[in-house]
Amino acid sequence: MKKLSRIYMWVIFALLYSPIIVLIVFSFNRAGSLNHFSTFSLYWYAELFRDSSALSALKNSLILAVSSSALATVIGTFAALGLDRMRSKYIKGIINSVTNIPMMNPDIVTGVSMMLLFVAAMSVTRVQFGFVTMLLAHTTFNLPYVILSVLPKFKQMDKHLTEAALDLGCTPLQMFFKIELPFISSGIASGFMIGFTLSLDDFVISHFVSSPDFQTLPLYVYNQTAHQVKFSMYALCALMVFVILGLLLAVNFLGSRGKEKKVRMRDIV
Amino acid sequence: MKKTVSLLLIAALMLCACLGFTSCGDEAEGSGGTETLYVYNWGEYISDGSEDSLDVNAAFEDYCREVLGKNVKVNYSTYASNEDMYAKLSSGAVSYDVIIPSDYMIGLMADQNMLMEIDFENDVPNYEYIDDRFKGLYYDPDEKYSVPYTYGTVGIIYNTEIVPEDDEHIGSWSLMWDEDYSGNILQFNNSRDGFGTAQYYLGYSVNSDDPAEWQEALELLKEQKNVVQGYVMDEIFNKMKGGSAAVAAYYAGDFFTMYSDNDRLAFYHPDEGTNVFVDAMCIPTCCRNYELATEYINFMLSEEIAVANAEYICYASPNMLVVENEEYIECMEEIHPDAITILYDFDMDSMEFYHALPDETRNLMNSLWEELKIESAIGTDIYIICVAIIAVLLALLLRRIIIKRRRQYYFDKFMRESEAVK
Repeated sequence: MKKLSRIYMWVIFALLYSPIIVLIVFSFNRAGSLNHFSTFSLYWYAELFRDSSALSALKNSLILAVSSSALATVIGTFAALGLDRMRSKYIKGIINSVTNIPMMNPDIVTGVSMMLLFVAAMSVTRVQFGFVTMLLAHTTFNLPYVILSVLPKFKQMDKHLTEAALDLGCTPLQMFFKIELPFISSGIASGFMIGFTLSLDDFVISHFVSSPDFQTLPLYVYNQTAHQVKFSMYALCALMVFVILGLLLAVNFLGSRGKEKKVRMRDIV
Repeated sequence: MKKTVSLLLIAALMLCACLGFTSCGDEAEGSGGTETLYVYNWGEYISDGSEDSLDVNAAFEDYCREVLGKNVKVNYSTYASNEDMYAKLSSGAVSYDVIIPSDYMIGLMADQNMLMEIDFENDVPNYEYIDDRFKGLYYDPDEKYSVPYTYGTVGIIYNTEIVPEDDEHIGSWSLMWDEDYSGNILQFNNSRDGFGTAQYYLGYSVNSDDPAEWQEALELLKEQKNVVQGYVMDEIFNKMKGGSAAVAAYYAGDFFTMYSDNDRLAFYHPDEGTNVFVDAMCIPTCCRNYELATEYINFMLSEEIAVANAEYICYASPNMLVVENEEYIECMEEIHPDAITILYDFDMDSMEFYHALPDETRNLMNSLWEELKIESAIGTDIYIICVAIIAVLLALLLRRIIIKRRRQYYFDKFMRESEAVK
């Protein structure tokens, strides 16, 4: 039985990771083909760094992902704070489900409605399609995820701590920064991470609100399917996998070291 | 306190938004002498500097700087289909200066006044190099809106390792219905091209508005479904290169890309006739810089640039300067010995353009296509499976509810009894 479950685990891993491994292996293929492997070479990586439009798309994607998830994290944290403080359970429930609707909504609905909204706004304000519309759209769809990851942290928090802090002379603002913020920080961090990855790989919404000034990577790759996707894209995807892997390892490594420290501190106390 | 904070927050948000909008607006209106030209083209449809080719957009910027004395930035973006491009433009969300749609889309857009008239004599002098066969075609009979960029044909690609050269079906669409290659045939995964293969085979017009003809084409496609491996688009490249499929209909220009990876592949134009298409440069009415746009179109027609594009894309060029260019012919023959024959030597009269279909016919085509795709062996099974899953979920839910009720009942009973004891 144990053997069986181990085999099962490996099968799942194979299913999850074989496409990525194929991609990485063939990104080193000089022949630029998925069918035969000629020689190991970094040719497509060099080609990638000569491709200015791919690099600018990558840059745009990263800028957008960082800024939209940061913005969503700030707004979302305050929204979660407000939701937590609400007294009426009834209103709280309503607002909670209202914020969750954009998350349940199919992307295409969000995308089209955003586009219509911005087109309407164009006639009234000086809004232009481009970075601003992309930022607004991405922040909007990131928001519920941030709220979803921060709100439970507030719920888990021991209310007596905040009461004690206020009792001992903290102003509400001090209390927020000294007691609540450190406690919910892990929720904020995971909200930010979710927002970042969602924004990085969003295609459908970006498709509707993008402009020629601001093309992101998913749009760039999709449009290549009109003919054939360049092999330098394999190199790019492989690089992204490496970076994400590195980030994950770093986070885990740093996280575990932090925990060790805490344990030691507790032992000393 | 709370109210002031939230008011402040709202004010900050509004301010951010306003700042964002205005700064963006300023940027779009041109910053200090640099003009921006917005070009919207198919993906992978221009020589872009990769693999030692010429970077056409950079060359245009250089040309403007050195010859015209202007600082120009080409903002180049891409789309994956005519319909994507059309949707983007007609939403009014963005504006472009040069677009490169296909024939039927040009006709459609011209009818809807979405294209600007171009003064060829004064603004695009290089238009004279365009082959006369490609002037005044059906989508632009008065030569007002479009400058042909590339053209191409649909033909059948087959693997000579699997399909012997003396197969009697070679030269005809019937190869795609041949049961000998069952499970090795690839069909287009888009309704127009998919129906096209059947209509050409039947000898019908692809622009027919007779529902009976479409119905007949559908029957033929249904028959083909048993021998088809799959309905695919760009996966065709890898399948044909790797030999996991033997017969596929695709564009002549893309055949060379596949051939360079697998020299067992061969190509022919079916005798019954096939599709020919032209992609042409146009200026949409939302264009903000007509002068620069025509300059760009003219530049694209100049010899060096047109040759670079033709060599990169591998589609046929309607530009006489390219067709007669020695270096180009040599380059294409290096890719495939018969490249020039395949690309240029065919009978235009046996070919048929796609026209924009009337709404009624288009809806019919789409619903028939759905019918083809849905009607399959797993078609009905999938509904049964879905219903079964939903039924199981409902049963589980019901069971939980019943158990909960029962528990509640015993709990209440216990409470009542213990109270009675008290």
